[in-house]
Amino acid sequence: MENKKYYQPEFETMPVEEIKKLQSEKLVKQVKHVWDNVPYYRAKMEAKGVTPDDIKGIEDLHKLPFIEKSDLRDNYPYGMLAKPLEDCVRIQSTSGTTGKRVIAYYTQQDIDLWEDCCARALVAAGADKSDVVQVSYGYGLFTGGPGLNGGSHKVGCLTLPMSSGNTERQIQFMTDLKATVLCCTPSYAAYLGESLKEMGYTPDTIPLKAGIFGAEPWTAEIRKNIEETLGIKAYDIYGLTEISGPGVSFECEEQGGMHINEDHFLAEIINPETGEVLPEGTKGELVFTCLDKEAFPMLRYRTRDICVLSREKCSCGRTFIRMAKPMGRSDDMMIIRGVNVFPSQIEAVLLKEGFSPNYQIELSRVNNSDTFDVYVELPPEQFDDSVKTIAAKEKSLRDALRSMLGIGPAVHLVAPKTIARSEGKAVRIVDKRKLHD
Amino acid sequence: MGIKQLSVFCENKRGTLHEITDVIAAAGIDLRTMCVADTSDYGIVRIIADRPEEAVEVLREAGHTASIREVTAFAVPDVPGGLAHALSVLEANGVNIEYMYALVTTRTEKAFTVMRTDDSEKAEKVLTDAGIELLDEETIKN
Repeated sequence: MENKKYYQPEFETMPVEEIKKLQSEKLVKQVKHVWDNVPYYRAKMEAKGVTPDDIKGIEDLHKLPFIEKSDLRDNYPYGMLAKPLEDCVRIQSTSGTTGKRVIAYYTQQDIDLWEDCCARALVAAGADKSDVVQVSYGYGLFTGGPGLNGGSHKVGCLTLPMSSGNTERQIQFMTDLKATVLCCTPSYAAYLGESLKEMGYTPDTIPLKAGIFGAEPWTAEIRKNIEETLGIKAYDIYGLTEISGPGVSFECEEQGGMHINEDHFLAEIINPETGEVLPEGTKGELVFTCLDKEAFPMLRYRTRDICVLSREKCSCGRTFIRMAKPMGRSDDMMIIRGVNVFPSQIEAVLLKEGFSPNYQIELSRVNNSDTFDVYVELPPEQFDDSVKTIAAKEKSLRDALRSMLGIGPAVHLVAPKTIARSEGKAVRIVDKRKLHD
Repeated sequence: MGIKQLSVFCENKRGTLHEITDVIAAAGIDLRTMCVADTSDYGIVRIIADRPEEAVEVLREAGHTASIREVTAFAVPDVPGGLAHALSVLEANGVNIEYMYALVTTRTEKAFTVMRTDDSEKAEKVLTDAGIELLDEETIKN
């Protein structure tokens, strides 16, 4: 079969002026849809003195109020729903703060469009129906597995729904079934690469030719390492559950930033302090508006990712605007082994379990995998003089944290005043990983 | 019966032990013995001192996590097999030992031992029944 360069060329290579026109038309409809169906957002618009009549095109986008993660939390579980529940076919979820998760709803059309976005990413990475795609992202509430799985089906690839973990089985399927495209977090790709190397595989004996890696920050150095050990070309992918999942933007063969699927998602860069819209090419916080989503249509959703957009022409032929790899966050969210973690979640567990909120999170990377340690000062009244009881407390705290975060840190109870303070203020996060170039 | 032991939870780093002993010394309290349990993150210093309540107070005032608990102390003949005999009595009666260490004594014919068990009442009873001498605050001063 002829190798298609684009999955949906009619959109991916649409002239910029036409894209903007399409976006304007969709935005006008979407604002009306949200106004009619989401009382919470309607109230937000009213408070700002805006009605759907004020939105005539993308040039009016700035008039709309933002949506933040806290809005989603406050509206858990059904407050942001814009379609009758009977029209929804799926939920996905991301961890939220203080125990409440963020739930995203999808109609069948929402799923279809999301999977199209993932299919575009796969085709951009050189996949066609002759490929065998190994999806080693987690499956379940996390969007990584389901998203790439759906995209792979759309392209017609043989899909291996491996989910994450069990490295031995991953390698067995990869080599026995001759997987050609790998989808997982970059740290897991690097880990698989090291494991294959230890087992005696060289880049030319590994069947893979490409990989799509996302859900956590990675550097050019990690990319080089993955490409060399696995003998592949490594493509970046970006997304978030609130907007749909992976595939909000994706890299092409140029590897020079990720093309945002602009026919579905309208991007802005704002000043995180003032909310003011910044001109293209300026570094700031990325904000997305969903143009086609039916059940969970975010308008001006603040991602908290700091990045830059570029309209510069790309040699791949795609006209979609490109975003740089996020350079950081405008909040204190950490991404640990692909899982989003907020310090406030850890604080909530500590208080609930009777500990003082005197703690420190230490992140590092060993063998390409994140290490996650939490040091907690033991309250004097909880001190019993045996090592055994302290170890039992550490284990129960680890279990409580795992149940809240979805990932279990190593917990260390330490003596009061052990945790380093800087000018009297405790240092909460010590991140020794090198995440950004 | 039993004697009072002082326990201090501390950071496993240089200078900590010195600081603890310094605080106790400054209060004019005499240490009879001590032992340290350590993990990579923390240490537990266990101390037998002549005025344990006062020692806890001064340590807490200095910002340390300290507490007092009763431990069992007993004397065994200072001959080969002396301690082994006492332990065989405990084991035969199903008493588990959490930790154990020696206590300094001026009585040369006896060795003093301190321990924490999972059942101190039972430990004291079976040791007494086997004719092993239990120690209290007064006797350890000799």
